[in-house]
Amino acid sequence: MPETRSPILELQGITKSFGGVEALRGVDFALYPGEIHGLVGENGAGKSTLMKIIAGVHTEFSGRFLIDGTETHFRSARDAHAAGIAMVHQELSVAPDLTVAENVFLGNQPTNALGLVQWRRMAREAGEQLARFGIDVDPMSRLGDLPIGLQQLIEIARVLFSGARIVILDEPTSALSPPEVERLFTTLRRLRAQGTSIVFISHFIEDILRVSDTVTVFRNGRKVAETASAATSKGALIEAMIGRGGEALEHSYTDDLMLPQPSESPVVLKVDQLSLARSLKDISFEARAGEVLGIYGFMGCGQQELSRILFGKLKPDGGTLFVDGTPKTFASTAAARRAGVALVPESRRDMLFHQEPVYKNISISILDRISSLLLKPAQERDIAKRQVEQLQIRPPVVGLDLGMLSGGNQQKVALAKWLTYPPKLLVLCEPTRGMDVGAKNDVINIVRDLRTKGLAIIVLSTEPETVLSLADRILVLKRGAVVREFRNEPVSKDRLLEAA
Amino acid sequence: MSSETALAAGQRARGLAPFLRSQMRNIAPFLTLIFLSGFFAFASPSFATLDNLGNILTQVSVTGIIAVGLTFVILCAEIDLSIASIANVTGIAVAYFTLQESYVNIANIPLPGAVAIILSILLCALLGLVNALGLTVIGIPSFIMTLAMMQIAAGISALLVRGQIAYKVPSLITTLGSGSIGGIPWIVIVAAIMLLGGHLVLTYTRFGRYVYMVGGNREAAEYAGLNVKLILGAVMIISAVCSGIGGMLGVAHFGSAQQNEFDTYLLDSIAAVVVGGTSLFGGRGGIGNTIVGLFVLGVLNNGLDHVNIDSFLKILIRGLILLAALVINVYAQRLREKAVE
Repeated sequence: MPETRSPILELQGITKSFGGVEALRGVDFALYPGEIHGLVGENGAGKSTLMKIIAGVHTEFSGRFLIDGTETHFRSARDAHAAGIAMVHQELSVAPDLTVAENVFLGNQPTNALGLVQWRRMAREAGEQLARFGIDVDPMSRLGDLPIGLQQLIEIARVLFSGARIVILDEPTSALSPPEVERLFTTLRRLRAQGTSIVFISHFIEDILRVSDTVTVFRNGRKVAETASAATSKGALIEAMIGRGGEALEHSYTDDLMLPQPSESPVVLKVDQLSLARSLKDISFEARAGEVLGIYGFMGCGQQELSRILFGKLKPDGGTLFVDGTPKTFASTAAARRAGVALVPESRRDMLFHQEPVYKNISISILDRISSLLLKPAQERDIAKRQVEQLQIRPPVVGLDLGMLSGGNQQKVALAKWLTYPPKLLVLCEPTRGMDVGAKNDVINIVRDLRTKGLAIIVLSTEPETVLSLADRILVLKRGAVVREFRNEPVSKDRLLEAA
Repeated sequence: MSSETALAAGQRARGLAPFLRSQMRNIAPFLTLIFLSGFFAFASPSFATLDNLGNILTQVSVTGIIAVGLTFVILCAEIDLSIASIANVTGIAVAYFTLQESYVNIANIPLPGAVAIILSILLCALLGLVNALGLTVIGIPSFIMTLAMMQIAAGISALLVRGQIAYKVPSLITTLGSGSIGGIPWIVIVAAIMLLGGHLVLTYTRFGRYVYMVGGNREAAEYAGLNVKLILGAVMIISAVCSGIGGMLGVAHFGSAQQNEFDTYLLDSIAAVVVGGTSLFGGRGGIGNTIVGLFVLGVLNNGLDHVNIDSFLKILIRGLILLAALVINVYAQRLREKAVE
């Protein structure tokens, strides 16, 4: 059907490089009115780069860029916005201290003749828009008080209703619960019927197949396939993405998986009656050496707060932590690190130094182990090179600024900094979020390897697959309380979802 | 290694322009310095002489000593507005602990020179510690905390001298502040040593790396398990002690200790650091930048005297130069972010 119409957006022979590394090589891309176009590819394959070119974030590239058949060159994201292009980035970008209504109308609040904001009208219209999306919240409540999944839906809603003709969604479903994903899809289909064109990037291939009309596959900065969604399958797409037999790599976890016998090895971390304001209620559990403890729950169930308490970033209101049997109250993250605790948080923006080279990002947590007063840059680089090689970080250049790496590779760097001198307890938040199949498997293998070395590992995730692929024992967290423990018994995605 | 060389080559092959853009913060102040020097050399025959170079060096020494510590603070994306007041109170304190001539009407406590110096350094370190505790333990933004400290230090100064002027300081301070060796003023040597020391600490020590990392991304530094508060506290104390040393030598250099003696040094020190190209957002810059900034300021102040300009206009010109530097500072940050993105 699209062939009979002319594309609203057309890119021809797009090439873009960062620091001598080509991120896109001669890519053609066309988007038609009223089309949902899915994009898949491994991390660093070029999807996000292409979308940032479309959204006017990257303005220097070679190739032709046509809108409605007219050659265009955006000089900023504002130009793209004026041309009717809007993008929801992978990382949440909302104003948590403003109200829901202000966030929905960010940048174009309704004003009266005097230029004053019409609060009542804004609240009413925001409420109506969100209701169409199936979101029922008080438009005047503070956005930051809502669960993260809801915040993300509101951000998406804002962009979808901004009147844009082209909407780009980068990993919109990773923080959403299944019913929220449903709501999003319903809205996307409705917008498609109204003629809006949507680009949908996701690592959840099922989601792509369900909602999109066309799928484009990227690999190593090239477009390797473009096909109608109805004419392809998950296996075929994975194969095109990674260029090797993909079937074995992606496990769907719909069948029961048998958890092993509980470990008898020493308890590394004991958490007793931990509580925090409205987030956590009397949480108690143990993590043992050589065991991966999975903690699963929906967004906002208290996982994030729990991980921060374990690493001394947040102070609990009540309860005790024991590391190797000794009670600990961490005054700072430095104290937690010295006690042998390591944390890899979920947000790459917060945990890395984007304007510093890769090796400094890797060595930062072990500087006091490899140097006393004076730095030893040569040794830092050697250690970083070893980690980069072991984790297959691309490009393998330790002197490159971190910001030039793709998201998945940045995540590997975040893990790498803890691996030279392994901690006793490693806490991983969403270790594979936003990663492609290949990188996910790399991370899974690294975690398994660390387990055999005797680390106690806690994996917190809102993705059942992540927990199921890694954990020996699983706790389900719901509204700040442990509601179920799976051990030495069969478990599946359905059972987890049911418990949460 | 080979891939790294290849990549470096690739980066170079991208063209000179992007490289220059990412280095804007270092290049712009240098160009400003060359331009100003060229201008004054052309405009006045007495400017470009060896004697005058010595003058400029001497004139920027006190600012230079104070700016060493301030560079640490600004690299951490904090600010210290109490530097001039702390310099003043420390200079007054060292005079207060020294025997004054009989006509000086101050109820002071004469002590041996070494003790007077040690007590004065302890005083400025203590004031720095108060800044540090306010910032890290209580969580008062440094802008406000040091604004309060500015008043507190000025208040202590006022109580110590009560409107009088003291002249005597310990002989070591007199030598370092106003003496010279082989034709080179000691104060220039002290400033050079302190700037060099600051540079070595920032570049080659673990602490220096931590300063840059905390300034670059404080949240990430915390997630890396660094003791961010300890580092922030340390830079506030370093800043206060550098100010104190600058204050003691300054008093000897000027030949007197009195209230409000250092007021212009607050703006000058901040200007030197920022004009030099150290980022107000933290994490970028260093002592090298501060040195260029000091020379820009020194050449400007000195040169304006040589060209016989309306002395009231001088103030305006200095303000405009500072504004230009701030614009470049913010612009350079943006260009660099773009280059990395």
